[in-house]
Order: sequence, then structure tokens, then C-alpha cells
Amino acid sequence: MALIEVRGINKRYRMGDAEIGALNEVSLGIEKGEFVAIMGPSGSGKSTFMNIVGCLDKPTSGQYLLEGVDVGGLGRDELAEIRNKKLGFVFQGFNLLPRASALENVELPLLYNGLAAKERMKRSAEALVAVGLRGREKHHPNQLSGGQQQRVAIARALVNNAPIILADEPTGNLDTKTSAEIMELFVRLNVESNITVILVTHESGIAAYSKRIIRFLDGRVIGDASAATA
Amino acid sequence: MINIPSAIKISLRALRVNKMRSALTTLGIIIGVGAVIAMLAIGTGASQKIEEQIASVGSNLLIVLPGATTAGGVRMGAGTQPTLSLGDSEAIQKDSPAVQYAAPVHNGVAQVVYGSQNWSTMVTGTTPDMLEVKDWPLEQGRSFTGEEVRSAAKVGLLGQTVVDNLFGGIDPVGQIIRIKNIPFTVIGVLGRKGQSPIGQDQDDTIMIPVTTAQKKLFGTSFPGMIRIIMVKAKSTEDLYAAEKQIVELIRQRHHIGQKQEDDFTVRNLTQMMQAAEEAAKVMTLLLGTIASVSLLVGGIGIMNIMLVSVTERTREIGIRMAVGAKTWDIRLQFIIEALTLSLIGGIFGIVIGVSGSGALAALAGWATAVSALSIALAFSFSGIVGIFFGFYPAYKASLLDPIEALRHE
Repeated sequence: MALIEVRGINKRYRMGDAEIGALNEVSLGIEKGEFVAIMGPSGSGKSTFMNIVGCLDKPTSGQYLLEGVDVGGLGRDELAEIRNKKLGFVFQGFNLLPRASALENVELPLLYNGLAAKERMKRSAEALVAVGLRGREKHHPNQLSGGQQQRVAIARALVNNAPIILADEPTGNLDTKTSAEIMELFVRLNVESNITVILVTHESGIAAYSKRIIRFLDGRVIGDASAATA
Repeated sequence: MINIPSAIKISLRALRVNKMRSALTTLGIIIGVGAVIAMLAIGTGASQKIEEQIASVGSNLLIVLPGATTAGGVRMGAGTQPTLSLGDSEAIQKDSPAVQYAAPVHNGVAQVVYGSQNWSTMVTGTTPDMLEVKDWPLEQGRSFTGEEVRSAAKVGLLGQTVVDNLFGGIDPVGQIIRIKNIPFTVIGVLGRKGQSPIGQDQDDTIMIPVTTAQKKLFGTSFPGMIRIIMVKAKSTEDLYAAEKQIVELIRQRHHIGQKQEDDFTVRNLTQMMQAAEEAAKVMTLLLGTIASVSLLVGGIGIMNIMLVSVTERTREIGIRMAVGAKTWDIRLQFIIEALTLSLIGGIFGIVIGVSGSGALAALAGWATAVSALSIALAFSFSGIVGIFFGFYPAYKASLLDPIEALRHE
């Protein structure tokens, strides 16, 4: 059984009178422990695909099985619970709470599954150590560099022991050197902790860190190959 | 689900970020709660003052006045014709089942002398039942007896004002005073009553047996006549029955025919004062309602600020949703924020309201009474306002689309 399996999903938006198909009959599977890069030009449907895989959005039609469970029939709060327990998000713009410290930002997912404050602190501090930010617990996002902020975001994705990390252009706002460091962190998490990483990028240099590349164009999958052959 | 202490912590931090805005929003509630408490204090104070006055006059009171004289078609007003007698008073006491006590009053103003001091006061000739009618306790000594009334004994009970003016620190009981140059023995002192509802000093009086007043002090050409009869009904419910029974009884005693008018008047004092008390209660309600409107306006202020806050923090809401915040996690966060604003406003409003009504009492001399109930009422009302006006913004926040919210700048 695949960790993630989508079968014939479509996503259409209405814009005025016109109906725009963002995804057309996309079917694919991702196994546990894979490191997948999703590539394609803007408007190709890769972000829409990520939103659906991230349980932030629902397909217009088709089936999405996450660990064999059909997500399509779930309600708002059940999807929130899946995001909390199974998925970690890393965004291009970091999306940290500006007025909370690094530790409090990492703590956020734990806040919503009712853990006691002491346990939350402990696990958040451990997650910060895991991304190499020991001693930065009290720093606020504006006191951290872009790379450090993205590490906080990764720690937040890790803290609840989610098996999947979804990263949408995680290096888009970072310089080359910092990008490489962040990508090496993803690789390490993938190899050492067997975390499934799915990453959206349009830079082939970034995609090269992955083991498999899926290419999107006009809402369709046009290529799916291991990184070595792609 | 988020636990409540964490939710409170998040809300408090959000409020601290915009200190000025939070303070101004709270001000609306402070004014509202303060106004409710102060207004209720003024209204309650007025009602209590009226209640005290009713109690000081005596409860369930009826007054029987003699009739009006008619001279050449000109009616002269109640009390101008001496038609009531001691017998009428005794008959009311004996024959009206709804009456508890009836006491005759034959009074007049007289000069009173003790040693080198003298004082002009109201001398009231009555029976010992007067003390029961007026709920008037003795402070010291004893009241006069039925026997002393029958024998027209020269004994008297002094009111506090008279004691203050004639006896500076001397124990008056057993002393001899002169009323219109006639010696009277002081046998008791009345407790302090204070002002009557119309502002009379009720303590400026001396009570003596009614017969003594009739025969020795205020003799008229109508022997045995008295000026008024004070009646106490058995209960408030018995007031009307007592009034009816007295009218029938006196008409019978005065041989008044079916078509003739009464030669006396019965006045219901308690009823008049209860009407005044009712009016004070209506005023309290009115003042409270007006003040509640300002609390409501404060609540709208909270809603306004919360809506702004939700818009400003759309991205934060999106982040929270992405990491697993459920509908009620988001709602709770904003409701607690609104509730915190309104409860802080409530606490300061209580302080302002209590000290404000204290200041009114001290500076303007108004009777104010802050009741624990009004504080509890205003505080819980401010809480309800917070939840009510916080709910819509919270509801709006919880329905945001996480993808849209994350894209929000």
C-alpha cells in the first residue's frame, strides 16, 4: 500500500463564466521514505496538487488515499487533525508567527493536540536541536536569518513526528549557499528518519537533491522518473 | 483541541501587541459597566431612602381625619370640623377586625420648660397604642398605662430632640418638666426616628395621655373631641378592608344617612408611600436600561476591533489552520480575546462605578447604594457582551479558507 495514492483527480475553478481545469486526471502513488520533487512552470497545477496532498484543498473529482484512508469524505476538522498528525508544511515565505519566539513557533502544532505545556516545551526544544538551532529558542523571527527561519519552519514540521513533509519552494527566498544547507537538512531527515519529503521547485539544481522527479504541465503529469535518469 | 490556559495565553499576547487599541476598546465597556453600577446605585439609594421613611412613619398606616365644614356652600377642607371622638378611636380598635391598633391624637404646640431651659414643641395627646402604630420603640423608661390615660395623669414621653434641647446630658427620666406651666413627670424617652417623608423632625415631640391633653392643655369647646385617629392595619393586604370597615363603623356611629356625605376622611398613608417607592423602582429600571445601552455600544466597539483584528491576522489564522487548528480552536482564541477585553473592562468599570456613586453621595449628597447584585449583574453582563460580540468575528475567522488565508498579505 502506497503512503500517498491519488486516482484520477481533477480540480476545476470557476472564474466568471469560464471554467479552468487546474488538474486533469492526475494519478500517482508515493511510497513511504521517498524524496520527491515536483517541477513545472507556474500555472502547471503543481501547487494545486500540493494543496490537495496537504489536505488544505479537495479535488473536484477523483480519489485521494492517505495511508489507505479516503480523505475525500472527511470534514474540515478531520482534515485539520490529519494535517496536525501526518503532515508538516514548509513554505517559501517561512510563514512563522512574527510575535512568537522560535520555540513557540515550533510548539504550534502541539498546541492543537492538547499536549501539556511541559511536554510541548521539551519536544519543541528537541526539534530545534535537530535542525541545528540549539540556543535560539528565545529568538523571534526578525532576529533570525532567512535560513534560520526556514529551519524553525522545518522544526515545526517535524515536531509532531509527522511522516510526511510538504515543502512548497522552500529555498525560493534563500541564497544559493543557504539553499544548499536547507536541502542537505531535508536529505538528512529523509535518510536518517525515513521521513517522506515532497518538494515543489522550479530549479533543477534543487530538484537534483531528490530521488524522483514528477513534472507537471497544464494540469497533467508529463514526466515521472528517478532523479538519476531525469 | 487546544487547552484553555494555552488559548488564554495566546489571546493575552495578541492584546498586548496593540495596547492602545485594547485599552480604548476596553474603555467602552468600562464606561458601560460603570454607568450601569452608578445608575443602579442611584436608583436603589432612592428606593431605600423611601423605604426607610415608610418604616420610620410606621407601616400599614391609615389616618382618620375629621370632616370638612361647609359654610354657605364653601367647603373648608378635611379636619376643619371637630367630629371625631375618643369613642370613635376605641370603637375602631374594638370593632374593626382588620385593624391591629388605633390611637387617637389630640395635639398642639406648647412651650416646655425644664430648669432654665425652654423649648417649643409638638405635644401629642394619645394612648400607649401610638407606639405600636408607629413602630416606635422606647429608649428608656416606660410608656404610660391605660390607667394613666383614664385618670388624665400628668406624665410624658420625650422625643430625642426635646431631650437634646432641655436636658444637656442629664437623665430626663423622673425629672419634672412644665408644659404650659403645668408640671409633668418624664417617665420615658422615645427612640430616635429621624425625618418624616415630608421633612418633619419626628423626634421633636412629647407624648402625653390623650385625656390630659384634652382636659389640661388643649381644651376646646367640644369636650372629648380629638384631632385625628392613627390606625395600623393587621397587614398590607388588610389595608383596604380596614379602610372599608372604618368608614362603615364611623358612618354608623355618626348616624350618617345613605345619601349624606362622610363627615370624616380616611387616608391611606402607606399606599401613598408605596406609590412613591414604585416610582423609584421604575426610575431604577429606567436608569439601568439607559446605562445598559452604553454597555451595548461598548460591545459593538469590541466586535468592531475584533473584526479588524481577524482581517489583520488572516495569515496567522491560515498558519494555525495549516498546522492543525480546528474550527473551535480558532473560535476559542478570538472569543477569549473579546471576553478578556470585556472582563477587564468589567473590573475597571466596577471600580469606576463604585467610586463614582461614592463620589455622588459625598459631593452631591445623593443617597446611593451599590448592591452586590448590581456588581454581579454588571460584571456578568459585560462577560455576556464579550462572548456575544466576540462570537461573530470568531465565527468569521474559523470559516476562512486556509489556502486563501496563507496567501493573504
